[in-house]
Amino acid sequence: MHALAERTAIRIRDLVVGFGDHMVLDGLSLDVRRGEILGVVGASGGGKSVLMRTVIGLLPKRSGTIAVLGLDLDAAADEESRAIGRRCGILFQQGALFSSLTVLQNVQFPMREYLQLSERLMREVALAKLEMVGLTAVDAEKFPAELSGGMTKRVALARALALDPEIVFLDEPTSGLDPISAGDFDALIRTLQQTLGLTVYMNTHDLDTLSEVCDRIAALADGKVAAVGPMATMLACEHPWVRAYFRGKRARGLVRATALSPI
Amino acid sequence: MSTELFLHGRMEGEKAAVVASGAWTARHARELELKLERLVNATGQRPGSRPEVAVDAAGIRELDTFGAWLLERLLRELRAHFADVQLVGLLPHHHGLFAEMQQANRGATARRAPENSTLLGLEAVGRGMSSLASDFAALVAMLGAIGEVLARVVARPRTLRLTSTVHQLDRVGWQAVPIILLITFLIGCIIAQQGIFHFRKFGADDYVVDLVGILVLREIGVLLVAIMVAGRSGSSYTAELGSMKMREEIDALQTMGRDPVEVLILPRALALVLALPMLTFLGSLSALYGGGLVAWLYGGMSPAIFIARLQEAVSITHFEAGLIKAPFMALVIGVVACSEGLKVKGSAESLGLQTTTSVVKSIFLVIVLDGLFAVFFASIGM
Repeated sequence: MHALAERTAIRIRDLVVGFGDHMVLDGLSLDVRRGEILGVVGASGGGKSVLMRTVIGLLPKRSGTIAVLGLDLDAAADEESRAIGRRCGILFQQGALFSSLTVLQNVQFPMREYLQLSERLMREVALAKLEMVGLTAVDAEKFPAELSGGMTKRVALARALALDPEIVFLDEPTSGLDPISAGDFDALIRTLQQTLGLTVYMNTHDLDTLSEVCDRIAALADGKVAAVGPMATMLACEHPWVRAYFRGKRARGLVRATALSPI
Repeated sequence: MSTELFLHGRMEGEKAAVVASGAWTARHARELELKLERLVNATGQRPGSRPEVAVDAAGIRELDTFGAWLLERLLRELRAHFADVQLVGLLPHHHGLFAEMQQANRGATARRAPENSTLLGLEAVGRGMSSLASDFAALVAMLGAIGEVLARVVARPRTLRLTSTVHQLDRVGWQAVPIILLITFLIGCIIAQQGIFHFRKFGADDYVVDLVGILVLREIGVLLVAIMVAGRSGSSYTAELGSMKMREEIDALQTMGRDPVEVLILPRALALVLALPMLTFLGSLSALYGGGLVAWLYGGMSPAIFIARLQEAVSITHFEAGLIKAPFMALVIGVVACSEGLKVKGSAESLGLQTTTSVVKSIFLVIVLDGLFAVFFASIGM
């Protein structure tokens, strides 16, 4: 049991989530291993965001179990699930920065709420986190409204990392970024994952991110996981949607690149 | 486990040594920082400090960003006292994180100088005065923009956004009727009750009709309705336009070659200018009705007598003096609400601030305007 919990960061079994008559997730099972970067793909409106929001507890589920870091969230007491919440960091698609706080205060917010730290240490660590995501002390005094899209994502990532979480959830981290910024962001996620030993759960549509950064990919179709595994598994998969996604027009470069250097 | 022993300084002959151990994580960061400061202070006070110090980090079992930064800070502060500071024994899988922290906070940290409170106060006054001027300029600019668009619309009536105007009229006029009627009715009741109560001491009960009639028709009716509309509709205009500004909808409109003043602001201002006189009329009726009802039930004056006395007490001039003010007050509310809405910046806080400012400012200006009208009417003998 302990060994299993050590290897699995998130364990989802037979998850059912629906709105009214519409079943978005229908008996979905998925494991996220510790220390891996898992990319989740699926059609727009196919339940990627719903799955992530259910795992982090923003949406109610109809049935099934979700265990995060070895703790079943249904069986856990409030205190325990709050402790789990502290060990997870979340990057929302639009950043979701608090608009009335500066960048620095945004990053300090979780520290102020959860840790008893001196102002000086909080400032230094927050600045260090901002530097880790590639921002400077000058940016720290800005307000979210003054940031570009890429900077907003970086600040949101710094805030997600504020408490040194074990699992980071990223919702479309590279959407809305130009290819160069997206590439930088991918590299950043990879570096941070290695330095901090993170488990990364990422919703994405970006084929480059999937092939460059993700250790494994899970493809959602019809409310279930249609295929899960590294890029090679995806390319070999015969599921029609997965086929269309990874071997479609936009993915040709990917197939060629993979053929040249098999993963 | 050596969780207790985080940081410890000792002398090994000629060489100073610092032993770091335990869990250097966020949970213990506060304690670690205190120990670190104590250690560095003790080192600093010792005169003729040794040239060399070794920091032994072999005992650090857990390390996160907080701990790694504190370790780096320890090394930096020791370097101020020792010529040669070395870190030994850091576990290999902590090297990456520590290397990252070695890059951190290298830039000159802009420490803000302590600010003089007198100067801050003066600065606030100065900013307040200059913003007063620029606010006034913004109001005049908005008034001008509405006037310009109105002139264009009068020249070509087809360009008026009729659907939008009617929709706004429904929102600020029709839907406001119940609450306006209720409030003005209650105010009419209260004025009549107070009048009867106090006039009775002089045996002048009958004059309550004059009190209620003139007060309601000239002042209270229009003022009360204008204040309620400023709170009810002015605030919603500001919030609407403000959130449209935040989500770049107004910019989108502009890029499509449409003037936001024409599309968004004129229909709203026009709807207010049309709705306020009507609401004032209804509100005044409701207040008179309330006054009459109280005069009958509380003062024992029959409705027939109330109406007969009302006809003697008030003239059409009183009614006109009240109603003439309504469209001007509506214009003030509309101009303030819309110009405040367009001042909203990106944050949620600024939306709230601008909405509050809009309501406060429009109520203030409505009352100032009422005072100006009173002076004006007195001087022309109306």
